[in-house]
Amino acid sequence: MNILVCISKTPDTTAKISFKNDSKEFNSDGVQFIMNPYDEWYALVRAIEIKEQVGGNVVALNVGGSDTEAIIRKALAIGADEAVRINAEPTDSMFTAFQIAEYAKSKGFDLIIVGKETIDYNGSELGAMLAEYLDLPYVSYASSLTLDGSKAIVQRDIEGGVEISELNLPCVISAAKGLAEQRIPNMKGIMMAKSKPLTVVEPVGFESKIQTIGFTVPPAKSSIKMVDPNDMDELVRLLSEEAKVL
Amino acid sequence: MTAIVFGESQKGICKKSAFEVVSFAHQMGVQDIIALVTEDTTNGDVLGQYGASKVYKIKGLDSGAFDSKVWAKAIADFSSSHNGNIVIFSHSSFGKSLAGRVAVRLGAGIVSGVNALPEGDLFSKSVFSGKATIKYQIKSATKVISVMGNTMKPIAIGQSVAVETIDLGAAQSSTKVLEIKRVEGTVPLPEAEIVVSAGRGLKDPSNWGIIEDLAKALGATTACSRPVADAGWRPHHEHVGQTGIAIRPNLYFAIGISGAIQHLAGVNNSKTIVVINKDPEAPFFKAGDYGVCGDLFEIVPKLTEAVKKFKETHS
Ligand SMILES: Cc1cc2nc3c(=O)[nH]c(=O)nc-3n(C[C@H](O)[C@H](O)[C@H](O)COP(=O)(O)OP(=O)(O)OC[C@H]3O[C@@H](n4cnc5c(N)ncnc54)[C@H](O)[C@@H]3O)c2cc1C
Ligand SMILES: Nc1ncnc2c1ncn2[C@@H]1O[C@H](COP(=O)(O)O)[C@@H](O)[C@H]1O
Repeated sequence: MNILVCISKTPDTTAKISFKNDSKEFNSDGVQFIMNPYDEWYALVRAIEIKEQVGGNVVALNVGGSDTEAIIRKALAIGADEAVRINAEPTDSMFTAFQIAEYAKSKGFDLIIVGKETIDYNGSELGAMLAEYLDLPYVSYASSLTLDGSKAIVQRDIEGGVEISELNLPCVISAAKGLAEQRIPNMKGIMMAKSKPLTVVEPVGFESKIQTIGFTVPPAKSSIKMVDPNDMDELVRLLSEEAKVL
Repeated sequence: MTAIVFGESQKGICKKSAFEVVSFAHQMGVQDIIALVTEDTTNGDVLGQYGASKVYKIKGLDSGAFDSKVWAKAIADFSSSHNGNIVIFSHSSFGKSLAGRVAVRLGAGIVSGVNALPEGDLFSKSVFSGKATIKYQIKSATKVISVMGNTMKPIAIGQSVAVETIDLGAAQSSTKVLEIKRVEGTVPLPEAEIVVSAGRGLKDPSNWGIIEDLAKALGATTACSRPVADAGWRPHHEHVGQTGIAIRPNLYFAIGISGAIQHLAGVNNSKTIVVINKDPEAPFFKAGDYGVCGDLFEIVPKLTEAVKKFKETHS
């Protein structure tokens, strides 16, 4: 089983967010970056589990500058067999998906797993785009994935429930909570990661179809209105008359 | 300008999100709004009341047999042949699987999770766990967007319209839905207008009765913090936050939840937040609109009574 896992970097949720260049750009100075949790905890670990069951090869791929190598090394330490970095700033999802598709189209992957979304921009776009570029079936938000010969059985989260479907390999899956249990890299993994191959690939030309205009920070919430715990009629009145939500 | 709007349905009935996306197109000022629905949809005509000028059922698409590849091809082909300038989805588990595919097929720029009406070709969405809003320009002639739930209150402005069935040709199926399991009886969390959510402050799963009573009085859906779902006190589909579901109801009650950033990431786009916590230093009080400081076991039953009284006098 030849599996591709797409990994991205994202600021830690607790990071302080600021902007520069007239609020046109994210200011990454002093920001701690982590591997996107959906990629690390679920997509990557499920790929490794499948490989452990049926044999094969897990490739971790990132589109990013050389500053992402720490994240790639972590993926290798957790258990990916090899890594690929496409050497470009991931300006938007379609650009990124196009780069990944160009790389993957001749590699014969049986299964491609991405995270359900990045926790910074919450695009939830890339998996669907990649599937379309490669003309493959796609199921998003998988909370369970099992293989049955040349078929994948996937359970995905939908509003108010789950949907279970069957698709032929190769296919693209996006990983949600529940797909696997997080694995912490151990010493042996960290040592082994050093000798695993990391290939750097140059990007292919692509004209982006969207452009960032700028960021705004929402006005600080006006301070909270405290209500006497013995007067819940007052709270209901405020919700009805002032907030107009009842 | 022509907008192609995809109206989702469940068991053949248009969902609230279908009315929302049609209303969104209408509020954008689009005159020519074409709504597409699955073949099994029985109330597509109602989309006309929200602004759709035409409604088509696509032959072969069934709301119980989702196939992102086949559906995306149908929607993109339809948009190309009807000169769609913008294709609009709801930012749901279906819309998210389709929007990116359709954008690639059409060579269109896409912004997903749009949270406000656009200004010309500028579209905004919330990023960094609600800590900022980003504005994008979509440069391509054809545009694709998905709109966050509860962004636009559906407003009926017109008449029902006739529904036509269109055959876009058969496509080879790529995914076979084996089963759909739904929690019956409640509004799914992402669609709920009022959410009553509780955390570890409840102490024990057997205490959830007071939360359910309040939710029932309000007609609300229940949710919970992550440790509560992880401990098996509540089902996983109730877990909201960064690793759970992100919601933006009109009214969110946070009861016995401390307000960690990972929790706030999934709820801080709610219009109004009520915080009930015994710790005056709980971080949630900084993110709330109304706060009650005290013991939830005393406050919640009183609140439920107050809500019942209000409902009796206002219905
Ligand atoms: C990477 C990562 C992702 C995460 N994702 C999520 C996520 O998606 N969702 C999520 O919720 N969490 C998430 N967490 C966990 C999060 O950081 C917090 O640990 C969690 O939200 C705390 O849950 P809680 O508020 O229910 O519990 P606690 O933090 O234990 O808070 C309980 C609160 O109840 C109050 N309380 C206790 N007794 C009473 C009483 N009698 N009356 C009134 N108030 C009372 C206390 O004052 C306290 O504020 C994540 C953490 C990490 C590291
Ligand atoms: N720069 C990147 N390199 C590799 N994979 C990425 C990159 N950006 C996003 N992804 C993958 O796409 C998923 C969804 O991202 P998004 O659609 O941007 O929310 C992520 O969880 C990753 O698996």
